[in-house]
Amino acid sequence: MDITGKKLFVKALLEEGVDTVFAYPGGYITDVLDELYRTDGIRIVLPRHEQALVHEAEGYARATGKPGVCIVTSGPGATNTITGIVDARYDSIPLVVITGQVSQGLIGNDAFQEVDIVGMTRSVVKYGVTVRDRKKLGKILKMAFYIASSGKPGPVLIDLPKDIQLAQGPAEYPSEVHIRGYKPNESVHIGQLKKAYKLLRTARKPLILAGGGVRIAGANEELTRFAEEMHIPVVTTVMGKGAIPEDHPLYVGNSGMHGRYAANTAVNECDVLFSIGTRFNDRITGDLNEFAQHAKIIHVDVDTSSISRNVVVDVPVVSDAKLALEKLLEWASPKKTKSWREQIGIWQQAHPLQMRKDRGMTPQMIMEGINEVFPTGIVVTDVGQHQMWAAQYIKVLNNRRFFTSGGLGTMGFGFPAAIGAKIGSGKEDVVCITGDGGMQMNMQELATCMYEDVDITVCILNNRYLGMVRQFQQVFYGKRYVATSLCNSGGRPQNGKLSDSAEAKYLPDFVKWAESYDALGIRVDNEADIISALRQAKEHKGTAIVEFMIASEEIVLPMVKGGAPMTDMIL
Amino acid sequence: MSSILKNRWIALYVENEVGVLAKVAGLFSGKSYNLQSLTVGTTEHEDISRMTICVTSDDVTFEQIKKQLNTMVEVIKVMDLTNIPIHMKEILFAKLKRITTEEKAEAFRIVEVFAASGHIRVIDIGEDSLIIESALTERRNNELCALLRSTFKHIDIVRGGAVAVEAVSTSCR
Repeated sequence: MDITGKKLFVKALLEEGVDTVFAYPGGYITDVLDELYRTDGIRIVLPRHEQALVHEAEGYARATGKPGVCIVTSGPGATNTITGIVDARYDSIPLVVITGQVSQGLIGNDAFQEVDIVGMTRSVVKYGVTVRDRKKLGKILKMAFYIASSGKPGPVLIDLPKDIQLAQGPAEYPSEVHIRGYKPNESVHIGQLKKAYKLLRTARKPLILAGGGVRIAGANEELTRFAEEMHIPVVTTVMGKGAIPEDHPLYVGNSGMHGRYAANTAVNECDVLFSIGTRFNDRITGDLNEFAQHAKIIHVDVDTSSISRNVVVDVPVVSDAKLALEKLLEWASPKKTKSWREQIGIWQQAHPLQMRKDRGMTPQMIMEGINEVFPTGIVVTDVGQHQMWAAQYIKVLNNRRFFTSGGLGTMGFGFPAAIGAKIGSGKEDVVCITGDGGMQMNMQELATCMYEDVDITVCILNNRYLGMVRQFQQVFYGKRYVATSLCNSGGRPQNGKLSDSAEAKYLPDFVKWAESYDALGIRVDNEADIISALRQAKEHKGTAIVEFMIASEEIVLPMVKGGAPMTDMIL
Repeated sequence: MSSILKNRWIALYVENEVGVLAKVAGLFSGKSYNLQSLTVGTTEHEDISRMTICVTSDDVTFEQIKKQLNTMVEVIKVMDLTNIPIHMKEILFAKLKRITTEEKAEAFRIVEVFAASGHIRVIDIGEDSLIIESALTERRNNELCALLRSTFKHIDIVRGGAVAVEAVSTSCR
């Protein structure tokens, strides 16, 4: 018996095991939502903006490992999702985004709320298509879930014209799908892997560089065992943070633009770099001509097109990180790396990661407080200085996860992603670390928190500035502070001096703002109150906003200027 | 790996669907790859199209282009035609306008000489104009264009982009 397109859509969601969708209504998607209304077992989360909607779905996807499902209307609903879609693409997060569309007869007419969303997102989605034939709807939806979550995961966009939603057609939802142009890599070339292993054996100063691909493959344990059995130290990218527990003796730290001195120096000095699940983003490599210049490079990645794109590698291995590591573990045996590890230890001691302790509350103290009060669960960050401080000082151990917007660097990601993570993870503690700038990009989501009873703690590091850019201005632009002050007009920086005028007032008052939503708002001015405030937030049932007033002058160190060699660290 | 820029050829099998051409073309513009020509038409299977693409690039970029094309769901197969025997032709029309009787004769002479390289002929003629149709290699067409431009003042040139097929037995290009 034939059924409508919207009925088949709901059937597809149920067969894919979808328990939560993030949906914002509008003219051309109301039919689909109406069908969901008649269905039990699927939670519909209503955000307050479609950009936040996608970030919530990203947080949900990262917390659960399942694709995040987004449902939005045509036109502005669809265009608002684009930033989130790109964010998901860069950080390999599986999403299925359904956009409503005007009826096919109206497409091309510049109809009300008509946009060519498939055309607009063509270069950023993993796959995107407008459904033009009701008979193909089942296959296309199956493709969407399969493509989003297999291989290198990513966002898929399905544009659903209103007439397709209503048209009668086959009721079948296929249990599997064959796509002749899409064959995700599901094996590993043993010959290449042997070559890689042999090269690693010849090394005197071997180093593992682990990226986000290790986590996506669920290979943290294998990576840790491999490093242990071979006695090889490990550095990570920001996305790879936690690939090995951060208290592990073989862990050196994050490398890259704001990485640790010892980690960047080790990358520079190693003779074989075993990199896995990273695409050698410019934040990791700096000046490509000088990156790991003494090293032969092994690169394991599931995405062929990531290999030898930025860095020319000596041994490419196209493989899922877990498959490759499982195989390598069959061969692994101890290497003599004692003197190399000792050398790294000397670098660690020469320039440890540490902030001053004599002038009030520092970001390090806040991060350490979060480590203490929330030792387990999920930490989600926004983008900017606080993100780098979190990357430096938040300790990701086996029972903890770290979500951040790494590739696109999307301000406004943190708060909604934390909401999605909490909705997905249920009982786990979720802490959002954000800045006063990033928070204001999606602060409307506090309403979503209250409506959905989302029990999270949001830590706002308030320095009254767009701190990361202000830091650039301070260090590289002669203290010309343009467009980075978040204060009222009385707080404008003048002649390179950050304002301390009595009329300077930062906006908004986050505590009053939190209270206006019936959320808990706490302001912390003093390091002595960090722990008690975090405890209070943790015990509070519901959303707690904890605002930490930190010095505007605080900067992220070490730092490397964009495009400079990673050894040129400002310490 | 050579960093020398040169023309390279790709044959691409893609799903014959709306938007695929835009996606392939968009890859070249979005990633600043230097696209020289792109032609597309259906194959013996009506749901599959074949593109012939010419790009100017160095070795590293060309490898990356092939990989990027391969990652597209709609791309079924990427074939590198750069170093294998192929037959390649490009359709070209040249309309010569406001020409004298003497110039007409010169046009016919040029066509006659180029005919040694393959298919080229005058297909239409009027009082003071004529149209040349040429299906030569892209390179031979380039030479023809250069000569026509230096010989005649008023010309319209319409080129179709090259189409290529792998050779069966010969090593000709």
